[in-house]
Amino acid sequence: MAQSHPQSQPLDPLNLALRETDTAMPAPPWEAEDMIEDAVAPGQRETPTVGLGGELTARKQRSLWTDAWRRLRRNKLAVVGLLLVATFSLIAIFAPLIAPYGQAEVVDFRVARFSPSWTWPMGLDANGRDLFSRMVYGARISLVVGVLAQAIVLLIGVPIGAIAGYFGGATDNVLMRLVDVIYAIPQLLMVLLFVNWWGPGLLNIFLAIGLVGWVTEARLVRGQFLSLREQEYVSAAQVAGANGSYIIRKHMLPNSLTPIIVALTFGIPTAIFTEAALSFVGVGIRPPTASWGQMVAEGSKPGYIESDPHMLLFPVLAIGLTMLGFSFLGDGLRDALDPKGSRD
Amino acid sequence: MPGRLASGGSVAPAIGENSREEAGPRMLRFAMNRIFWFVPTILAMAAFTFLIMHATPGSPFDVSDKQRPEDIQRLEALYGLDKPVPEQFVLYIWNAVHLDFGISYHARPQTVNEIIGRTFPISLHLGAMATLFAIVVGMTLGVLAAVNQNGWLDYTSVTMAVLFYSMPSFVMGFLLILLFVVWLPNIGVDLGFHVGGWDRPIDWILPTIALGAAPLATLARYTRSSMIEVIRSDFVRTARAKGLTEQGVVSKHVLKNALIPVVTLIGPIFAAVGTGSFFVEQVFNIPGMGKFFVTSMQVKDQTMILAVVLLYGVFLAAMNLLVDLLYGVIDPRIRY
Repeated sequence: MAQSHPQSQPLDPLNLALRETDTAMPAPPWEAEDMIEDAVAPGQRETPTVGLGGELTARKQRSLWTDAWRRLRRNKLAVVGLLLVATFSLIAIFAPLIAPYGQAEVVDFRVARFSPSWTWPMGLDANGRDLFSRMVYGARISLVVGVLAQAIVLLIGVPIGAIAGYFGGATDNVLMRLVDVIYAIPQLLMVLLFVNWWGPGLLNIFLAIGLVGWVTEARLVRGQFLSLREQEYVSAAQVAGANGSYIIRKHMLPNSLTPIIVALTFGIPTAIFTEAALSFVGVGIRPPTASWGQMVAEGSKPGYIESDPHMLLFPVLAIGLTMLGFSFLGDGLRDALDPKGSRD
Repeated sequence: MPGRLASGGSVAPAIGENSREEAGPRMLRFAMNRIFWFVPTILAMAAFTFLIMHATPGSPFDVSDKQRPEDIQRLEALYGLDKPVPEQFVLYIWNAVHLDFGISYHARPQTVNEIIGRTFPISLHLGAMATLFAIVVGMTLGVLAAVNQNGWLDYTSVTMAVLFYSMPSFVMGFLLILLFVVWLPNIGVDLGFHVGGWDRPIDWILPTIALGAAPLATLARYTRSSMIEVIRSDFVRTARAKGLTEQGVVSKHVLKNALIPVVTLIGPIFAAVGTGSFFVEQVFNIPGMGKFFVTSMQVKDQTMILAVVLLYGVFLAAMNLLVDLLYGVIDPRIRY
């Protein structure tokens, strides 16, 4: 009845690969068959979403992406998330245009820690720098770390997971043993170790986060490939004489795209959080470069919390809202891209 | 429904005796396999950490310009750093097996064991309270939400879960501090909150909430969806059809089956609480191992770092192993 687990894989009956960012309900194995079944007999769904059910019967052909976009727009939280992420990204990209001052520019040293006012909407920090400008540049650092770390995760994790999942056997065993060992060490500890080795700095931080984070991605892709490998269209391609790399690229990767995208949406905030946390404890981005975590550290120095809470409040809110935005978007994407997923 | 079995609830809970008997040796083999892999994993972890530590440039004792080179060399000899690296590693593993992690580089002459012995109980205390808080409140919320699906209780708990679950613990901690210490100073003073410390039980409240909030949210969400899945399954319909009261259905049939998959979350919760406590301890100025570890990181106290990483790694690996084994015991449908 229940699935027998390959011995190489630690028991994880719910495929719960959750670490720093919660992915409590990962996308269930998504199969083409399920989609067809869903489209043919929408009435059999136990909980038809009213609007959705009606439309499914009437629809003609629509691509997964159009469908997903429609579903995403219906989800209020996902739209909020999308707006938050878009705002955050725009601020980060156009930072020099938005920020009235430079990130290290001392505006007025004499009125350091000035409270928020019309001149300086978020006040000044302990060095008399404009907090708003530093927040804007901080967004840029966060986005860069988030995106580049995830790029590394994809570059390493996807090929390794794909190879392990497609070829199976000894290759799978060797690769997954390696992954298991890295997976066993708490991710944040590993990043701390790497940063301790290489020293602080933007480059070192996203490298460290990427080099540690790929194992989760590799596991995900491997799991996906293991189930896809048994699909008939893969056998058909093999019989037709396609070689491994062709099948991986043309058949299996496109069909694993949705869980990868969802994982990406959760991976970016994890990386952003990790950078903030590292900078907060003083081993991350070095001053005077603005980073939210480092601003939190400065704002939380003894005495400042009571007298000048603005120095702590704004960066803390920024980190919180960014996390919230990405996780709303991630949840929404997961539901939107997975036609059979629970909509509880 | 292909692929749904793994998510637990939709299978009828009746288990024949035969499958139970069969499961015994398989379960044992699985357990042996996991335990067998436990040792090399820990060894590899130790080796990895050790290599990184030794790749770190600069002597850990070269901390100020005023030191004489002879003194640095003498310290290095004292800690065995003048020996070849492989010898150091073997020696390190040998000592670690005997639970001897040496003397802290930075907090001389205290041994690492003394420091961990002093700080770890505090972290463990905090972690245990946060986990307990998360499990009790999170599961209760999840169950209540599922039973009153689409009621106000459901919306409240879902909103709360959604807000909490993506919030890093240190952000949560600072928000709580800002709320109580700055904007509600009267309540804060009445309750005796002050920023930091671990001496009085009242100091425990905010850190516990900060650390427990995210796992709480995860548990609430997960419990809720697991409950709802079970509520919709055939055997619950049967139970209702044969005339059981709603309470009987929920307590006898739904709860047991729905809470089984939730057990798998305990492993990740330990990981979240364990690493989260680094920052929460920093935020609330708690003299636990996390805070000490962060200091060790800043001053490159290699012996401390190695020991703490190893301790956390072993702790988490052991917890995961335990959860995996436990899962097979409480859910006989799982086969290995």
